[in-house]
Amino acid sequence: MACPAFSRAASANFHNGKEGMDVANKSKLGWYLLFTVPLLIIFTIVVIIPFLIGIYYAFFDWDGIAANPMEFVGLDNFVTLLQDDRFLQSAWLTVLFTLLSVITVNVVGLAFALLVTSKLRTANLTRTMLFMPYLIGGLILGYIWQFVFLDVFAFFGEVTGLDAVFFNWLLDEQFALFALVTVFTWQMAGYVMIVYIAGIQGIPGEVIEASKIDGASSWQRLTRVTFPLLMPAFTISLFLTLSYGFKIYDVNLSLTGGGPANATELFAMNIYNEIFGYGNYGYGQAKAIVFFIIIAAITLTQVYITKKREVEM
Amino acid sequence: MRKASRLSKEILLVLMALLFLSPVYIIFVNSFKTRKELYENTLALPEDFNFRFYTEAMEQMDFFNAFINSMIVTVVSVAFIVILSSMTAWMLARTGGKVSTIIFMTLIATMLIPFQTIMMPLMQLVTNITQNLGIPLYNTLGGLIFMNIGFNAALSVFLYHGFVKSIPLSLEEAATIDGASKFGVFWRIIFPILTPITATVMILNVILIWNDFLLPSLTLIDKELRTIPLSVFYFFGEFTIEWNLAMAGLTLTIIPVVIFYIIAQKYIIKGIGEGAVK
Repeated sequence: MACPAFSRAASANFHNGKEGMDVANKSKLGWYLLFTVPLLIIFTIVVIIPFLIGIYYAFFDWDGIAANPMEFVGLDNFVTLLQDDRFLQSAWLTVLFTLLSVITVNVVGLAFALLVTSKLRTANLTRTMLFMPYLIGGLILGYIWQFVFLDVFAFFGEVTGLDAVFFNWLLDEQFALFALVTVFTWQMAGYVMIVYIAGIQGIPGEVIEASKIDGASSWQRLTRVTFPLLMPAFTISLFLTLSYGFKIYDVNLSLTGGGPANATELFAMNIYNEIFGYGNYGYGQAKAIVFFIIIAAITLTQVYITKKREVEM
Repeated sequence: MRKASRLSKEILLVLMALLFLSPVYIIFVNSFKTRKELYENTLALPEDFNFRFYTEAMEQMDFFNAFINSMIVTVVSVAFIVILSSMTAWMLARTGGKVSTIIFMTLIATMLIPFQTIMMPLMQLVTNITQNLGIPLYNTLGGLIFMNIGFNAALSVFLYHGFVKSIPLSLEEAATIDGASKFGVFWRIIFPILTPITATVMILNVILIWNDFLLPSLTLIDKELRTIPLSVFYFFGEFTIEWNLAMAGLTLTIIPVVIFYIIAQKYIIKGIGEGAVK
């Protein structure tokens, strides 16, 4: 009951430094600070302050060396960005990679979910195994697959004679991007499978039974009953893969390192290289801010659509 | 007939999962093979299980040291994240009003910021703090732990906050009347109730922190501070791909993950599901 009054007093105290609270409120404020301030201080130092300084840096030309002057260039960094071919190529590759990945991850993940929610006895074991790659970090996954493409693919090519498909994808500018999609799918399919499983298990058994009685074939049941009821899980998985795909870095670094010939240097890696590789701190930071804006737009769209659907359901 | 078709379905399902995990099998079997064996047949089992590449990889990666560093960073970070974010979330959820709302909304909003957007200014700030204030945040495990807490605070507070709201107020009110302090109420009554969500928060953070590469690579400079992902990265850079050795190294790094997965499998799948849906 006293809570709203307290926090009004507390907020007044925070903002204006007004005195005059009674002892009870003071001790409540004390507890409030004791519980929240330690985390908030760390959070402010690690996230808030760097974010704000980051916006500031984006308007300067600077090589990152403290002794060298920072030159204010206004919006120049953002203008340069629009004419930077390497950056635009990287942005386009990221979009392409993300679109392909969203499709493959969700198709494979949904197929897995349908398989392991069948009443088979080995379903649980299978689910456990399929989820496994997600737990191995992206960096290590990339190295594992480097070997698969280098050696196992070559081996398959020799044995089967299909060397148009089985060769080292990592050496080909176009196929290297497909290699990234493959590894990312391998990593994420088990993860979205978990989301779809939750969705499938949420479908009431009576609905499925009713459709059986009405004589629906299993394909009809899948497309007319299961899929529409899976829409919320679908939205979540779609945007999870969308934002994960857009931010991919570790797999990119260990699998292709951006090569061959920059053909797989995706957005996150381009920012890293601009700042720490070429030493363009101000310009690289401008890219980083644009990166943030795009990610924020994707995520906010997700929240908007998810909320809208929840209302409709 | 029906039994036979059911059995074949069971077998097909497991075969599919095994095929899916075949890259792990390939890494494992080739970590025992000599170079000649490796090029003759990549998929075959090794002639004998010789651990020579393991001892060499362990030495060159300084594996035990890296393992201990990873353990320290993960365990301490997660402990602090659980303690601090549960306390913060409880206070924010139980104290209405503008301040709590603003703090909570700010935390949620920052979840939109990708790491690449703050990495450079964060490194500037952290080196400045280390040089000018003498607080050793840069190039120390403590500093990495500090940053891990900051980065994972928002998600953890968010998960706890949602859970706290589902706990009836009457429990804490009864305890308050009995004269318990806020501290006592939280640790004796609330925190035990939070156990399911604490499991989720722990799982999500362990996976993120254990596998994290970019942040440690920016902040840990000294060789003896390297975590497992860092030591793998430098291992691959330094020894231009002697594959059998490399695969022994990769297998080593996967073993702790597999053990963790076998022990906590049930909680991991549940935790991931909850984390993703919220």
